[in-house]
Amino acid sequence: MQRRFKEKLIRDTFLVFACVSFLFLTGIIIILVKEGSPIFKEYGVFHLICGKSWYPTYEPPDFGILPLVLGSLWVTSGALIIAVPLGIGSAIYISEVAHPEIKKLVKPVIELLAGIPSVVYGFFGIVIVAPLVQEFFGLPVGLNAFTASILLGIMAIPTITSISEDAISSVPQSFKEASYALGANRWETTVKVTVPAAAGGISTAIILGMGRAIGETMTVLMVAGGAAVIPRSFFQPVRTMTATIAAEMGETVVGSSHYHALFAIAIVLFVITLSFNIIADLLAQRFRRRLG
Amino acid sequence: MKKIIAGLTGVMLLIGSALPIMAGGSKLVLTGSTTVFPIAQKTAEVYCDNHPEVEISVRGGGSGGGVAALIDGTCDIANASRPMKTKELFKARGKGIDPVAHVIAMDGIAVIVHPENSMDKLSMVQLKDIYTGKISNWKRVGGKRGVIVVVSRDSASGTFECFNKMALKKEKVRPDALLQASNQTVAMTVSKTPGAIGYVGIGYLSPQVKALKVNGVNPSKRTVSNGTYPIARPLYMYTDGKPKGLTGRFISFIMSAKGQKLVEEVGFVSVK
Repeated sequence: MQRRFKEKLIRDTFLVFACVSFLFLTGIIIILVKEGSPIFKEYGVFHLICGKSWYPTYEPPDFGILPLVLGSLWVTSGALIIAVPLGIGSAIYISEVAHPEIKKLVKPVIELLAGIPSVVYGFFGIVIVAPLVQEFFGLPVGLNAFTASILLGIMAIPTITSISEDAISSVPQSFKEASYALGANRWETTVKVTVPAAAGGISTAIILGMGRAIGETMTVLMVAGGAAVIPRSFFQPVRTMTATIAAEMGETVVGSSHYHALFAIAIVLFVITLSFNIIADLLAQRFRRRLG
Repeated sequence: MKKIIAGLTGVMLLIGSALPIMAGGSKLVLTGSTTVFPIAQKTAEVYCDNHPEVEISVRGGGSGGGVAALIDGTCDIANASRPMKTKELFKARGKGIDPVAHVIAMDGIAVIVHPENSMDKLSMVQLKDIYTGKISNWKRVGGKRGVIVVVSRDSASGTFECFNKMALKKEKVRPDALLQASNQTVAMTVSKTPGAIGYVGIGYLSPQVKALKVNGVNPSKRTVSNGTYPIARPLYMYTDGKPKGLTGRFISFIMSAKGQKLVEEVGFVSVK
């Protein structure tokens, strides 16, 4: 009796904990929609999402968030160009090539990259990377999409590496043995058997890395330059959705159109990252089924 | 199901009871503008040293956040680098709050360039043409040939609002201007970019950047306080009604000779 009661108590306690995160998520969604929807009605969904200029504090204001959405996607794709080869490459090295002693050292070091606060990356970007980029490419200014992509790329590496590495390591030994038995060497086995077998997990890793890059705020606020223009080159300053919200929320009049427009940006960002997560989840499920 | 609801209610009560950190007795809460923050912090520190029984908490969050907190009754003093807007005043009256403005300091906005830039002055007209995009090469204003990199503050900040009103006559900043989130990052960007132009509060001037004369006047505490420097603004603290009790004593401390000396110490211009 005593024991059953205890078990029930524990179960209920954890149920409450589980409900709390559910509660928070619902709360966030409700607030986002409540605070963001007035601007959709006032300014029009089409105008808001496809408008090309963001001048929120002028009379009359322009609330076109297209430059911000494209700015975010622009630096995110730049970051992926850097992070995907490096991240997956390191994952393959760690799980397939590295000596166990080296693996013991390299893996925590890469994961440590994830623990560096983003403001530190931003500071590093302003002080060191931006002047180098500016000088090397002969640009008028070093704070641009390229610099932001480099930093976001570095920040996304740990996510991509550690999830890809888990996926590659969990490819059954029998797959590799079969490949060796057919006369394939180590390189052929890795490229043609192990990596394709882990493809689901690797795609999940890439998508989660993408989510990390698109949601990053402080670093892009500091190094992307912050010009709300539709990006045409990697060497021009851009402004992302996250940086806009972070920079403008504190100063805006609560309840104004500008305030609602910032929430509308948050809704768009939330929808984008949510779809990333759903896709990652679907891929992961598929991957599990294939190996199971 | 009943249990879930009971559990949830419990959690909500727990969260709810932690929320209201209301000001009362010998506690004072200041919230708002990041520009006013150093003044509020410095004066609060010195005031608490002399009155150990008083506890003052100073928070940033921006002018808009400060005013919203005053309207919601979650702070005693709202710091603002701009006057309250009509919409905010209406909202305050609707909630029975009567905001009273106190001009506690003046701030001049200095126009800065890279130290190696050969320019040393600009007229207000040239400044406006550079920021609106009519002029995009230093050669057009008498400097060496080179692209002008326009650095501005975020269009929601109080500093931008003041600069936009006084220097740009409310015209739009060129869309490809670099928008930075703070005075420090504007100064840092300008100091690292040879072709850049930017603007910061005069408290943020340093040897790493060069301040230009505007309409022939050097930005300094003296020219701001005698009104000759053309880009200057007042900084505010808002209270609900005429300040009484601790709030009143704190405001009078800031307005006193000692308080205004602290204002100067953190880089702003005294109103006395």
